[in-house]
Amino acid sequence: MTTLETHYKKIKDLHHEEAVAPGTGLCAGCGGLEGLRLGLKELGNDVLICNAAGCFTLLSVYPFTPLKGSWLYTTMGGPVPAAQGVRDALDIQLSRKTLTEDDNLSIVVVAGDGSSNDIGLGATSAALHRKLDFIYFCYDNEAYGNTGFQLSASSPYGSSTQTTPSVKFHPVGAELNKKNLFDIWRAQEPTYIATVSPREPIDLSNKFAKAKNLVGPRMFICMSPCPTGWGFNPKDTQLIAKLAVDTGIFPIKEYFEGKVIHTKQPRRRLPVEKFLETQKRFSHLFEPERKSDVIEQIQKTVDKYWEPYE
Amino acid sequence: MGIDSSKRLMLTGNKAAAWGARLAQVEYVPAFPITPQTEIVETLAKWFADGTLKGKFTNMDSEHSMFMAAGAGAATGVRVFTASSSQGILHGMESIYTIAGWRTPMVVVNVSRALATPITLEPDHNDIMSVRDCGFIQLHAETCQEIFDFILIGYKVAEDPFVCLPVLVNMDGFYLSFTREPVLIPNEQKIKKFLPEFKTSQPVFKASQPMARASAVFGGSTYTYFKIQQDLANRQAEEVFLKTSKEFEKHFGRFYDVVEKFNMEGAEFVFVMSNSFSTKGKDAVLKLRRQGIKAGLLKLRLFRPFPATAIADALCGHDNVAIIDQNLAPGMGGITYPEIVASLYDRKNRPQNILSVIGGLGGKDITEGDFLSIIEKLKSSETKQPFYLFGKKDEENFERLQHLAISNKEAFQS
Ligand SMILES: Cc1ncc(C[n+]2csc(CCOP(=O)(O)OP(=O)(O)O)c2C)c(N)n1
Ligand code: SF4
Repeated sequence: MTTLETHYKKIKDLHHEEAVAPGTGLCAGCGGLEGLRLGLKELGNDVLICNAAGCFTLLSVYPFTPLKGSWLYTTMGGPVPAAQGVRDALDIQLSRKTLTEDDNLSIVVVAGDGSSNDIGLGATSAALHRKLDFIYFCYDNEAYGNTGFQLSASSPYGSSTQTTPSVKFHPVGAELNKKNLFDIWRAQEPTYIATVSPREPIDLSNKFAKAKNLVGPRMFICMSPCPTGWGFNPKDTQLIAKLAVDTGIFPIKEYFEGKVIHTKQPRRRLPVEKFLETQKRFSHLFEPERKSDVIEQIQKTVDKYWEPYE
Repeated sequence: MGIDSSKRLMLTGNKAAAWGARLAQVEYVPAFPITPQTEIVETLAKWFADGTLKGKFTNMDSEHSMFMAAGAGAATGVRVFTASSSQGILHGMESIYTIAGWRTPMVVVNVSRALATPITLEPDHNDIMSVRDCGFIQLHAETCQEIFDFILIGYKVAEDPFVCLPVLVNMDGFYLSFTREPVLIPNEQKIKKFLPEFKTSQPVFKASQPMARASAVFGGSTYTYFKIQQDLANRQAEEVFLKTSKEFEKHFGRFYDVVEKFNMEGAEFVFVMSNSFSTKGKDAVLKLRRQGIKAGLLKLRLFRPFPATAIADALCGHDNVAIIDQNLAPGMGGITYPEIVASLYDRKNRPQNILSVIGGLGGKDITEGDFLSIIEKLKSSETKQPFYLFGKKDEENFERLQHLAISNKEAFQS
């Protein structure tokens, strides 16, 4: 059973109005941007995005913005406290009746996985503790993308990044496992957490539609295939996003009222290498010779995750 | 006038700051504790909790977050106050630069405390000097009355449409933060006449007014444009400060110039100082004058924008000037010294003898004897700079501790 209210059943049902206009400084085929585009359609225009340093900072380059809502660039570790400041200031004015409810804003943090898992996590944890009323959108491209794809705490085991290259003495590339941000957030019992994929637009849109009407911290992690950093042809973004879900590498789920539910559980999981082999960041696992131990290790981690649910 | 209806309270520097914020009708205070500032935010927390102050007090998780929330609150149209010190300023540095660039008006109090390492709680000015170049306006206070008054004046300057910048009011930790002095607190209605409720002169975040703020820029020239704007606004604040100060005088009877001249008439030896230690300097000047030594003092008050003309005007015509920096840029010396020297460079009758003095580090007192030794130094032909106020006695004190450290180690090893 799923607790997800199904506003939408078909793609056709989704909002036709766009909240992000085309023509941004981001790469063609950016999976995270597609996730944000779909999410903002649900949230509407009365939003303020507090942005962390990262790829998406290039959404607003003076004098252009593709957004119908508002934007505030902050710092790599500061978007959440900025959201706190804006929320507090709006609440003060609402309670004094110097601001009408019509003029109220939803505060949305847009931050990459590096900001979310690393430099900004302390401040985010503090906001979860304060039960800040906001929406957090983490586009997870599994590295520091904007600086040229270095390791973040979200980079998966076995991926090569600029700072964890696969070399003779470290053939695996990244030797650490991806941080479990979902569970870290969950420990603080926010109102809502969901993982979403641009390849599952209906699931994504339903989750945003649901979160929109809740109060308190509402957290999203969006699987964000990154042609530039992951090394694939931009036209394959959706395919790769789909493989991430179908192999079980990226579980699509939500946390609400104390329970975690998989909203898109793969029926029969594909082997992880179907996903790995599509991207240059994993090519060292296949060439010059196959690193079966590493691939097996990745498969084992995925199997272990799904064991209780299958 | 308003002067009559003032009440006189005995307040510490910290309490004077809290009263300043309270009577400025601040609406939002994001806060984080640090000695010796904590009393300010504790006092405000109580006033918000018991309804004396309306709005919101938010306990933040760090100064990085606190300054960010402060800037974002101000960008959303409320009157913001916060306070910090020392390591807090360093920890918040990235946010401090960021919000200065957002051009959001607010007042921040810094309670000066020396920076680690070594760690200490006592004051000097390396913390406030570290944010010298961030774009905030800086006012340095000598007395508890100045702290209170500068907060009121500070909001008016910060919120002026030609300025739109955060204002930092500085006081010395311990020497002023925990020293009780009589402070005249004008009545609330009078203050409201001078500083009405906050009405933003900038567009602020609200649904009917979508805007992008702090967007990325490329190509250097756009960046330069915004930076020059920030510089011009900051420079403009000197005139706005003077205008506001005159208005303040009309309401409350106290006038503050950008610098303060103390016994400068005919002074042959001038001490340049700032903050609470100026009181020690003034005391020394009076004693020296009684001994027939023509001493005077120039107190720095508005430190950013830097009032170069006023400083040069005040110092020209005096032969010997000692610039006492309670800060140290290792490898360079005192931080205000080169700024003051530069302001004199194109003056024909500039002082011939300018001494850079480093003193009062980490709360170290500047004594009467120190002022005498500065005069001796100015009289001597020795040109070695800077002159450290660290004498034989200080050396002996340190050697005693060093011996203890060594003997402890030997005792431990045997
Ligand atoms: C305090 C600070 N340190 C480092 C940087 C440099 N920096 C800018 S963007 C970025 C990477 C951000 O990574 P992530 O949050 O994953 O977002 P992405 O770039 O992938 O979009 C880094 C390290 C910075 N802007 N600020
Ligand atoms: S580097 Fe990746 S995440 Fe960043 S804009 Fe390009 S595709 Fe998107």
